[in-house]
Amino acid sequence: MQHDDVIWSVINKGFCSFKVKTKSQKFCRNEYSLTGLCNRGSCPLANSQYATVREEKGVCFLYMKTIERAAFPGRLWEKVKLSRNYEKALQQISDNLIYWPYFIRQKCKQRFTKITQYLIRMRKLTLKRQKKLVPLSRKVEKRERRKEQKALVAAQVENAIEKELLERLKQGTYGDIYNISQTAFDKALEEEEVSSESEAEDEKEGELEEEMEEESEAEVEYVEDFEESDISDIEDGDKFAEESTDEEDKDEDGEKGKGKWKPGMRRKRGKVEIEYEEEREPAKRQTVRLQQ
Amino acid sequence: MFYCVYSTFISTFYDLSKILGPPTSWFILSFPKMATPKKKKMPVQEEIQDVDNDSAMAVPSSAIPPPNISSIKNKMRRTHEFIKLKRQRRKEKKELQKKRKRETEALGDEAPPKKVPKTIENMRVFDETMVDPQDEEVLHDEAHDEMASYFSRDTRPKVLITSSDRPRSTTTRFLKELGQCIPNSEIYYRRGLDIKKVITQALAKEFTDIIVINEDRRKPNGLLLCHLPDGPTAHFKISNVKLHDEIKRAPKSTEHYPEVILNNFNTRLGHTVGRMFAALFPHDPQFSGRQAVTFHNQRDFIFFRHHRYLFKNNKRVGLNELGPRFTLKLRSLQKGTFDSKFGEYEWVHKRHEMDTSRRKFFL
Repeated sequence: MQHDDVIWSVINKGFCSFKVKTKSQKFCRNEYSLTGLCNRGSCPLANSQYATVREEKGVCFLYMKTIERAAFPGRLWEKVKLSRNYEKALQQISDNLIYWPYFIRQKCKQRFTKITQYLIRMRKLTLKRQKKLVPLSRKVEKRERRKEQKALVAAQVENAIEKELLERLKQGTYGDIYNISQTAFDKALEEEEVSSESEAEDEKEGELEEEMEEESEAEVEYVEDFEESDISDIEDGDKFAEESTDEEDKDEDGEKGKGKWKPGMRRKRGKVEIEYEEEREPAKRQTVRLQQ
Repeated sequence: MFYCVYSTFISTFYDLSKILGPPTSWFILSFPKMATPKKKKMPVQEEIQDVDNDSAMAVPSSAIPPPNISSIKNKMRRTHEFIKLKRQRRKEKKELQKKRKRETEALGDEAPPKKVPKTIENMRVFDETMVDPQDEEVLHDEAHDEMASYFSRDTRPKVLITSSDRPRSTTTRFLKELGQCIPNSEIYYRRGLDIKKVITQALAKEFTDIIVINEDRRKPNGLLLCHLPDGPTAHFKISNVKLHDEIKRAPKSTEHYPEVILNNFNTRLGHTVGRMFAALFPHDPQFSGRQAVTFHNQRDFIFFRHHRYLFKNNKRVGLNELGPRFTLKLRSLQKGTFDSKFGEYEWVHKRHEMDTSRRKFFL
């Protein structure tokens, strides 16, 4: 015989394996429970006439239990598939649970409503983006970090960048911005040195003009005898002027604008002591080359 | 058994007395003399050897190794012995070096070539996909790949930078710095849009590239670079982000177009990735700005740097670091625009297959 009250008194006061007690609430973990709470009216064990709504894989079913089948546990729960249409399903519930207590009917409909709502939300979410959580292995991450450090040390990034930039400079991708195409300039310098040295050996005293011409084309020099050179090189004065503007003149202050020299004329930059000398025999020229 | 032990103890005791001499001398033993027990041991050994030499066994003294330093229980003595050993080893090493140097100098031209130490880069596993600069096939491929329109100057780069949902402060700062670094770029907030929808909108607005920074635990940790008109999509892992504010004494960057430097992208895959990076920046850098952006690949880690350079003279450059600094590691390269489910992956990093050798790299 089914004595619901007896069952309830035993379960409630004693032990129920589906009961979960927290500080303020008692819950029922039974899968056929209508509300999830542990109450006299919503305990599936202590009520011989009971109904629930459950969903499986998106399909909702109404489960009913009556006292007639209490002796047959295998056939205890009657399963009714509910319609996909919300209103029809509600009507189905009403029809199946006609003459049942109001509490169970109401709770079944409420439960069914909640289930349909969460099913709708699930379907919407699957269409949206889903964040994929990728597990990181701690050891692997640690190894990668170490490898990265070692790679950074081996890379010497700054050196590589500097090398690359200097390469580009050499190749001339920067054009004339920097005026430091020194290699070509140096090569020209060397050639001129060689040639001018050989000539200096040959023609020491005579033909000053020619010497000066060649040397003035190649490089800028300090020459002892200002006056004589000026006199002899007024025609080359233009070349001097050009050179002095083109090349790095910061070190060569004294050499600016040699041509069109007038006594008393001030230079734009740098100080040069002016020595006036009387004309004398052309002395040995000593050319002092600047070391760049 | 106990008595046996006792007897051996006694025997060792008497041996010690032989070694250490008469008891009075023990008190004289001061610290530096601690070494003397060792020296005095030698005569004992030699005695034994004399005995042995008489018999058939001839064991040369050099074959008996000196006792291990770690077996000395006294810490002070142990450290002293170790220091002595190190000094001796260093001396030997220096002598060896000097000897080698003398030999090479003596031989002059005939000297054998200097030995090059093995590095991971030297010992790298041979990669068939290493690109030969004159390879016609590769040149042909690259003339017809998705980035070709950039390199033939048909399109100008326009970059869209965005992040994952609800970015935190570090990520937003990172986005802003990237936006400053890459000219012609725009930053948009994500606000829950799908990437495919972002792509359609970007195509409508004629963007050429999309960068999506993914964030985890308040730090940027992933970068998705998608080249737009059906270009490849590369997914990178970001690490070691350093922002402009965190770099000491970093000057502010300007709006000039930077130069791009791509180092060590040697394989076919590396070429593709390098071209993708190059396609982010405008073709004609403004040299007056003197800014350079570098992507340096070393052992499959791509180091990103942003510098301002200054040529001090012909042989020296000064570099001043601006802007963000981070490292990237390629995770996957997918053909076509972003489609994680149905996309065709050209290359995916599979740890168990690909990380088996320490000397095998893919970029």
